[in-house]
Amino acid sequence: MSLNDIGSMVAMQGFSGLSLFTVLLLMALGLAIIFGQMGVINMAHGEFMAIGAYVVYLFSQLTQNYAPGLREIYFVPAVIVAFFVAAAVGYVVEVLLIRRLYKRPLDTLLATWGLSLAMQQFFRSFINPKEVSAELPEWLLGAFNPTPSIQVPRNGIFVMGLTILVTAGVYFLMLKSRWGIRIRATTQNRIMSSAVGINTDRVDRFTFALGCGIAGLAGAAFTTIGSTGPTSGSLYIVDTFLVVVFGGAANLIGTIASAFSIAQAQSLLEFFLTSAMAKVLTLLTIIIILMIRPQGLFTTKVRT
Amino acid sequence: MNLLTKKLGKSDWIGVVLLAAVILVLFPSVFGIFRLNLIGKYLTYAFVAVSLVLLWGNGGILSLGQGVFFGLGGYLMAMFLKLEASDPVTTKIQSTPGIPDFMDWNQITSLPLFWRPFHSLTFTVIAILIVPAAFAFIIGVAMFKRRVGGVYFAIITQAVALILSVLIVGQQGLTGGINGITDLKTMHGWDIRNDSAKYILYYVNGVLLIGCVVFTRWVLSTKFGMLLLALREKEDRVRFSGYDVANFKTLAFCMSAVMCAIGGAMFTLQVGFMSPSFVGITPSIEMVIYTAVGGRMSVVGAVFGTLLVNFAKTFFSEEYPDLWLFLMGGLFIAVVLLFPDGLAGLYERYGKPRLQKLTKRDPPKSKTEESTVAVAAALESGGKHG
Amino acid sequence: MQLVSSHRNRAVRGALSLVASGALLCAAVSISGCNKSSSAASGDPAAAKTTEKTAAAAPTERSTEATGATVLLPPGMEKSTTKASDFPTAKIMTTGLKVDDDSVTVGILHSTTGTMAISETGSVQAEKLAIAQINALGGILGRQIKIIQEDGASDWPTFAEKARKLLVNDKVAAVMGCWTSASRKAVLPVFEKENGLLYYPTFYEGLEQSKNVFYTGQEATQQILASLDWVNKEKGAKSFYLIGSDYIWPRTSMKIARKHIENVLHGTVVGEEFAPLGNTQFGSIINKIKLKKPDVIFAAVVGGSNVAWFKQLNAAGVTAANQTLLTISVTEDEVLGIGGENLVGFFSSMKYFQSLDNPNNKAFVEAFKKMWGEKSVIGDVTQAAYLGPWIWKAAVEKAGSFDVDKVVAASPGIEIKFAPEGYVKVHENHHLWSKARIGKAKADGQFEVVHETDLIEPNPFPKGYQ
Repeated sequence: MSLNDIGSMVAMQGFSGLSLFTVLLLMALGLAIIFGQMGVINMAHGEFMAIGAYVVYLFSQLTQNYAPGLREIYFVPAVIVAFFVAAAVGYVVEVLLIRRLYKRPLDTLLATWGLSLAMQQFFRSFINPKEVSAELPEWLLGAFNPTPSIQVPRNGIFVMGLTILVTAGVYFLMLKSRWGIRIRATTQNRIMSSAVGINTDRVDRFTFALGCGIAGLAGAAFTTIGSTGPTSGSLYIVDTFLVVVFGGAANLIGTIASAFSIAQAQSLLEFFLTSAMAKVLTLLTIIIILMIRPQGLFTTKVRT
Repeated sequence: MNLLTKKLGKSDWIGVVLLAAVILVLFPSVFGIFRLNLIGKYLTYAFVAVSLVLLWGNGGILSLGQGVFFGLGGYLMAMFLKLEASDPVTTKIQSTPGIPDFMDWNQITSLPLFWRPFHSLTFTVIAILIVPAAFAFIIGVAMFKRRVGGVYFAIITQAVALILSVLIVGQQGLTGGINGITDLKTMHGWDIRNDSAKYILYYVNGVLLIGCVVFTRWVLSTKFGMLLLALREKEDRVRFSGYDVANFKTLAFCMSAVMCAIGGAMFTLQVGFMSPSFVGITPSIEMVIYTAVGGRMSVVGAVFGTLLVNFAKTFFSEEYPDLWLFLMGGLFIAVVLLFPDGLAGLYERYGKPRLQKLTKRDPPKSKTEESTVAVAAALESGGKHG
Repeated sequence: MQLVSSHRNRAVRGALSLVASGALLCAAVSISGCNKSSSAASGDPAAAKTTEKTAAAAPTERSTEATGATVLLPPGMEKSTTKASDFPTAKIMTTGLKVDDDSVTVGILHSTTGTMAISETGSVQAEKLAIAQINALGGILGRQIKIIQEDGASDWPTFAEKARKLLVNDKVAAVMGCWTSASRKAVLPVFEKENGLLYYPTFYEGLEQSKNVFYTGQEATQQILASLDWVNKEKGAKSFYLIGSDYIWPRTSMKIARKHIENVLHGTVVGEEFAPLGNTQFGSIINKIKLKKPDVIFAAVVGGSNVAWFKQLNAAGVTAANQTLLTISVTEDEVLGIGGENLVGFFSSMKYFQSLDNPNNKAFVEAFKKMWGEKSVIGDVTQAAYLGPWIWKAAVEKAGSFDVDKVVAASPGIEIKFAPEGYVKVHENHHLWSKARIGKAKADGQFEVVHETDLIEPNPFPKGYQ
C-alpha cells in the first residue's frame, strides 16, 4: 500500500466521521429544541423524521408520473415541504396532546410512545407496509472525486451543507431573534414570562412545531442515505436521545459538541474494531462521561 | 404522613386478597390451559410492573432499563435449562456433543467457563437473585452517587439496555444471539412443556407474584418506603435532613431488579425460551406503560394494568389485525391524558366509594381529597423537572 | 376468531365468467368477505365455473359482474372433481384437527406489524393467493380452505404465543408462516410438542431438520456454493470481502462461504464484517473494504440496514463499474426500498426472480398482480411462500388424510411441476430440490438472470463446512 493510498484513506475516513457528525447533529437538532427547551420527551421523533422521508417519496412519485423533466430539481422543494408538513403535524399534536402534559414530562414519554405506535401503523396502512424509495436526482448519486483515489459521497456533502444551514438557522433563531428570547424566557420561567406579556401557549406551540419540522427536514435528507419505511424512524431514536442528553439538554453548543465527539469515536472505533464492539464502547464511554458530568457536556446555569 | 398511613392502611389489604383470588381461583377455573399459560406469561411481566411501582411510582426513579433485569433473570434460568437439554445423547449429531446447539453452530468446542456452574439448579437460583442485584448495585451507586436523576437516569438506563442487547446479539456463540436460547425441555427431568407442569408453574408464578406484591406493600409501609416517597417529592430536603439519598435509591433499584429477575426466570420456565427482544428498549418502555395503566402508585393496580394491556394486545391483534396498533397507541394516550392515576385511580374515584356504600361504611370524603392531593403531588414532582 | 380472507374483502355472489387461454384455465372464485364467522375463504365452489375457452395467448378476463375477486390459476390445472363425500371426515382426520365436511382450516403466521412486516407482507400475499387458487380448483379432498391469520408482530415470543394458539386453540391442519430464523426457532418447540405442521418460506442457514417443518426456501449451501463457483469462474474472483448483519443466518452463511472460498476455490477472504442489526452508518466499513480492494464483496445485510448499506456504497463511488458485488439478501422486495439505481449491475443469488421466463412464472406473476395490484413485486421468498400450500395440498391428497403424521410420511417425493421457479421436489430431509440462479440488477428493480444451475440437492448439514 502506497503512502498516497494511506493519505486518501485518512481523507475519506475523516470525511466519514464528519459526515456521521452532521447526520447525528441533524437528527438531534429538532429533539434538542423539543427536549432541551420544553422538556418534552418525544418518543415519536423518529416518526416525524419518517413523515419528512415520505414527503420526499410522494414528491418523487408525483414527479415520476406527471413531470419526469423535473427529476433533477424536485428534491429541493420536497425537503422544504417536508419541513412544513412535519411542523404542521407537530403543531396539531401539540394542541391535542402535548399541551396537556407540560407539567408531567415523564408522561410525555408514554403518550408520545403511543403516538409513535399509531403513526407507524398509519404509514403501514395508508402508504405502504413495505419499504419505499424515492428516486434521487443524479447530482445526489455517486461520489465526487477531488483526486482519482479519493471518493467523497455527494449525499454526504448535501447532508453536511443542509446541517450547517439548519444549525445556523436555529442558532440565529434561538439566540438572536425576539422569538428565541421568548422561547428561552418561557423555558426559564414560565410564570414570569407570561407576566411580562409573552403568550407562552403560542410560544410552546411554535417551538414544538419547529422541532418537529426540523425532524421532518432531517428525515427528508436521510432518504439519501437510509431507508424509508414504517419503522425507519425507530432506527434513529436512541442515538438521537443520546446525542441530546450527552450534550446537555438545553444547550445548542453542547449538542454540536456531543454529536461531534460521538461521531468521531464511533467512526474511528468502527474502522479498527468490529461494529458491535464500536457501538458498545461508544455507549459505555458516553455513560461514564455522563456519570462524571451528570448534566451533560455543556450546561446552561439556571436556577431551578 | 396521614395520607401515607391511609394509603397503606389495613383496609387496603382487600385489594391483595382480591388479586390473589383472581389469580389463583378465578383464572384457573375460567380459562383452559392454553389461555392460562398465556396469562401466566403476562403475570411474569407484572413482576416488572410491581417493581416499577416501588421504583418509579413511589421513588420517582424512572428506569427504562428494567428489561435488562428481566432479561438477566430469564437468561440465567435459560442457561440452566439449556445445559440440561443439551446432554451428550440428545446432541450426538453435533460435532461437539454435550454443548448447547448454538455453540456448536458457532464452532465453539467446549463449554465456556461462565456456563459451567449452571449445571447446578441451586447455583442458578442464587445467581438469579444475586446477579441482577449486583448489576443494579453497580449502576445505582455509579448513577445516584453522582446525583444523576430524572430524565437523565431514564435515558442512561436505556443506553444500558441497548449495550446489553448489542452484546447478547453480537456474542451469539455464547448467548444464542438474536434467536435467544430456545428449545428448553426439562428441569431436573421434569418436563416443563406438558399441561400439568404448566398448571404447577402457573401457580408457582402466581404465588411468587403475590409474594412480591405483599413484600412491596410492606416495604412501602416501612420508614424506608416513606423516605422513598419523601425523596420523590423533595429530594434536596431529604438530603438536608441528613439522609444519604443515594443509598436509599440504590437499595430500591436493587430490590426492583431482583423482582424483575424473578419474573424473567418464571417467563423462561413457562414459555420455554428466552430471547434478547426482552432486553432491548422497546419492552422496557412497554413495561413502564403497564405500570402507568395500572396506576403508578398502586401495587395491585400495576398487576391489573399489566393484565389489561396484555389482554387488550392479544384481543386487538386477534380481532382487528389491521387496527390493533392504533388501538394500543390510543389506549396509551388515553390513559396518560384522561386517567393519569390509571386503573387504581379509577377505582379510588368510582369503585371504592360504591364498595364502601355497599358495606355500609361512611363514604369517606377524604378520598376525593386524597386523590386531589396525590394528583397535586404528582404535578409538583413533574414540575420539578420542567 | 378472526377469519381473514383476502383483505380486499370482495365477495362474489353467483357465477363469474372468465376467459381462459388455451394453456391457462381460469376460474372464478369468490373470496368471501368481511363477515367474521363466514364459512370459508372461498364461497360457493359451484361459482367457479369456466364458461368459455379461447386460444388467446395471454389470459384475459372478460368484464363480469363487477362484484368481486377472481383469481387466475396456475397453468394446466383442472378443477378437481373430488367430492368431500368421497372422503368422510372421520376417516381422513383422526387427530382432532379443524376439518369438517366442507372445510379445513389453516393458519397464516407472519409479522404484519413491526420491523419485519416490510419483508413478510409478500409472503402473506403469496400464501393467500395459493389458497384462493386451491379453493377455486375445488379445495383439498373436496374441502375449502379457511384461513386464520395471526400477527407475529416481529417479536419472537409473540410468534411462539400465536403458534400455540393456532395449534392448541384453533386446531389448524397446517401453518404457513415465519420468516426470520429467530421466529422459526421460537415456534419450533411448539410445533414439535403439539405435532403441528409448518411450511417455512425463507432461505435460511440450514443446520436444522424437523419432522414438523417443511422448508420451501433454500438452505445455505443451495444459495451460496453455486454462486461463489460462478463468480470465481466467470469473473476470475480470488479475493472476497464478506459482510453481513450480525445474526445467525449471515454468520452461518459467511462461515460456509469462507470454507468454500478457502478450501475449494483456493481464494482468500480479505475481510469479514458483521454490522449490528439496524445499523444505519456504513461509512467506516466501506472505507475498510476500499482499503482491501477485494475482487468480490459478498454481502448478506438485511432489513433497514440493507438500504443504508447500498445507498452509502453507491455514494462512496462503489458501483458495478468498478466493483463486483454478490449478495444473498436482495430480492425484488428489497430493491423497492433500496432503489434500483443503487444496485444496477450488482449480482444477487436466489432461486427465483420475478423476471424468470417460463409459462409457470408468467401465469403466477399475472395471478399475483391481479390479486394484489399491478405494482406488486415478487421476490424469492414470496415465491417460496406460494409453494407451501401447494406442497401441503399434494401431500394431503397423496396421503388421503389431514393427519400430520400421514402428511409428513407422504411428503418426500412430492413434485410441483407448475412451480413458478420451474420445478421443485420435496427431499426426504424436508427441504426442496431447487436451482440456484444469479440475477444481475437492473435500474427498474428487476433482475436479468445471467446464470442458472441444475437442480441442487438440499443439504442442511453440509459435511466439511461445519
